[in-house]
Amino acid sequence: MTTLQLKRVIGQADPAIATAFGCIVALLLVGSLYSSSFLSPEYLLQQLKVASFLGVIATGMMIVILLGQIDLSVPWVVAVGGMMSTAATGWGPAGELLAIPFGVACGVGLGLVSGVGVAYLRVPSMIITLAVNAVAQGLMVVHTGGFSPQDSSSEAMRYIATGHVLFGVPNALLVWALIGGAAVYLLARTTFGRAVYAIGNRERAAYLSGVDTQRTVVIAFAIAGGLSAFGGVLLAGYASKAAQAMGDPYQLPAIAAVVLGGTSILGGRGRYLGTVAGVILITLLQSILSVMQIEEFGRHVIYGGVIIAMLLLYGREQWVR
Amino acid sequence: MNRGGPPEADRSDANATLSSVAPGLPESDWGYRLREQRDTLAAFVGFAVMFSIYIGNHPAGLTANVLTTASNKGVLLALVAMAQTFAVLTAGIDLSVGMVLVLANCLASYIVVGSGLTTALGVAGVLLTGLLCGAINGAIVIFGRLQPIVVTIATGAIYYGLALALRRVPGGDVNDSLAGALTGQLAGGVPASIVALLAVVIVVWLPFRRSVIGRAAYAVGSSEIAAYMSGVPVRRAKFVAYTLSGLLASMAGLFVTFITYSGEASAANGSTYTLYSIAAVVLGGVSLFGGSGSAIGAVFGALMFRTIGDLLFVFNLEPLWQPLFQGVVLLVAVCLGSARLFRIRNRLDLFS
Repeated sequence: MTTLQLKRVIGQADPAIATAFGCIVALLLVGSLYSSSFLSPEYLLQQLKVASFLGVIATGMMIVILLGQIDLSVPWVVAVGGMMSTAATGWGPAGELLAIPFGVACGVGLGLVSGVGVAYLRVPSMIITLAVNAVAQGLMVVHTGGFSPQDSSSEAMRYIATGHVLFGVPNALLVWALIGGAAVYLLARTTFGRAVYAIGNRERAAYLSGVDTQRTVVIAFAIAGGLSAFGGVLLAGYASKAAQAMGDPYQLPAIAAVVLGGTSILGGRGRYLGTVAGVILITLLQSILSVMQIEEFGRHVIYGGVIIAMLLLYGREQWVR
Repeated sequence: MNRGGPPEADRSDANATLSSVAPGLPESDWGYRLREQRDTLAAFVGFAVMFSIYIGNHPAGLTANVLTTASNKGVLLALVAMAQTFAVLTAGIDLSVGMVLVLANCLASYIVVGSGLTTALGVAGVLLTGLLCGAINGAIVIFGRLQPIVVTIATGAIYYGLALALRRVPGGDVNDSLAGALTGQLAGGVPASIVALLAVVIVVWLPFRRSVIGRAAYAVGSSEIAAYMSGVPVRRAKFVAYTLSGLLASMAGLFVTFITYSGEASAANGSTYTLYSIAAVVLGGVSLFGGSGSAIGAVFGALMFRTIGDLLFVFNLEPLWQPLFQGVVLLVAVCLGSARLFRIRNRLDLFS
């Protein structure tokens, strides 16, 4: 390969995504200095399995961020997904069959409320998703307090979250791969995906070009809600039970993963590969910090510091001029 | 003026308009001022209505104790809401206010103790820490050229880590007499906390609003590019806004310490306060797009939000339903703002 060709290949790669993957390699190297098991296939597969829960949630978050909006309802929509699917499991054989779709459908419903608020009522997404989060929390408090529902997950949920079918590849990772593939297809190959990018760049222009922007926004939020809830279903299967605070640790990592992957928080720019890199990066960082037995406070400080440092590397904008 | 019609009619038209405006000038001035403060006034009216319902149904009625309890809870949220207002006015956001509050709370439970002098030094130390946290946020947002939403999420994690380093388990102490004085009543049953809040508004907000920097913050929020082109000190305004946001958040943390007499590094508390601060700011008529609203509106928004939460108790509904009720009220309240859509004539204005 000549230098010219090399330059062309490097020039085509998105600098943000390249940096994110570079950081992943650097993290693994730092980890392997500490213990050689960081490079073992078992450890890496285990990390990818843990990453797939965040990956599913971050996929929905990415679509919303591409619109130039944000979804702050992750914590309780995840909990709704987990808790409603386990509750459905308690209804008997039919409920067990319907558990997963029912959990996801509840998330889609909440996403629809946010979407209608953003698209038709023009409420800022930051505030309407907060309100939907509060409503979801209220619903779940009434649900657990009033009816004492079943909270253990169904066989199927456990199977897709913890089982593995071929060569020890975890099912959760396959699920993430399927959802990721669908997201890539949706964003790159459909009119819906084009419309999402167009709205993120300038909604006015997208509207004038004949895009039904409001319907696109509603669908995007519904997808995000459904994926958050599906993340909750997977988490409930992984832990074999659902709990109220199960979604709390996923709000900030989901946003951080999308942004570290080079997607502009202002919308309109970003690729799914970047989100994959961001998700793996965040999961590895959390794992390495806990394996090194750094105390919890230190983990928070390093976690925040690393996010800022990486954003300073490649997330900077132009000066206003 | 030159519309090609009969010139005389034109001139008389113009005269008529002039003569009708001239004596009415003071009136139109007042009308303008009222319109400018419309959102703040709406927040005040909303709070007054809610609070009347609350007091009207309270079993004890309007006593000094009921008022003090309500005031202490309200002032706490009002301080966080004011902190959020500074960042939101510049079209930014500060998602670390809750964590600065928690950090200030943990720090105060160590250093705001002992004699009068050490307590005073402790209070100064806590406020300086808040100021520093805000300054760091501002510096990263301005010189790092990053989006405030992700920056403050990340710095929030750092501040929370520091708080956790200070207080792994809840505990600590605070100067009793100072805490008692600030959360108690003054002569005549006036809650001391509401007076303290008034003092903060007079000492911090009003000078800011009337200064060049304050006006610059509004200008930056309306349009950063236009502000830059007009020679407004854009960076200084943003920096001061984020710094003051940190200061106000640390005041709220100090107040938490006075109420609980201890420090606790609770991530749940931190994120709850951050979320509530945004809700209060929106209820108080401060635009999340920046450039309009005032901290006084945010204060009434915070008081209103607190009263909504307390309404359930006076109506004897099950506490189980309180989170749902609060959520639904919040959802309805934020959707009320979309009434402005009825005034839109051109569909394109939807997307501006």
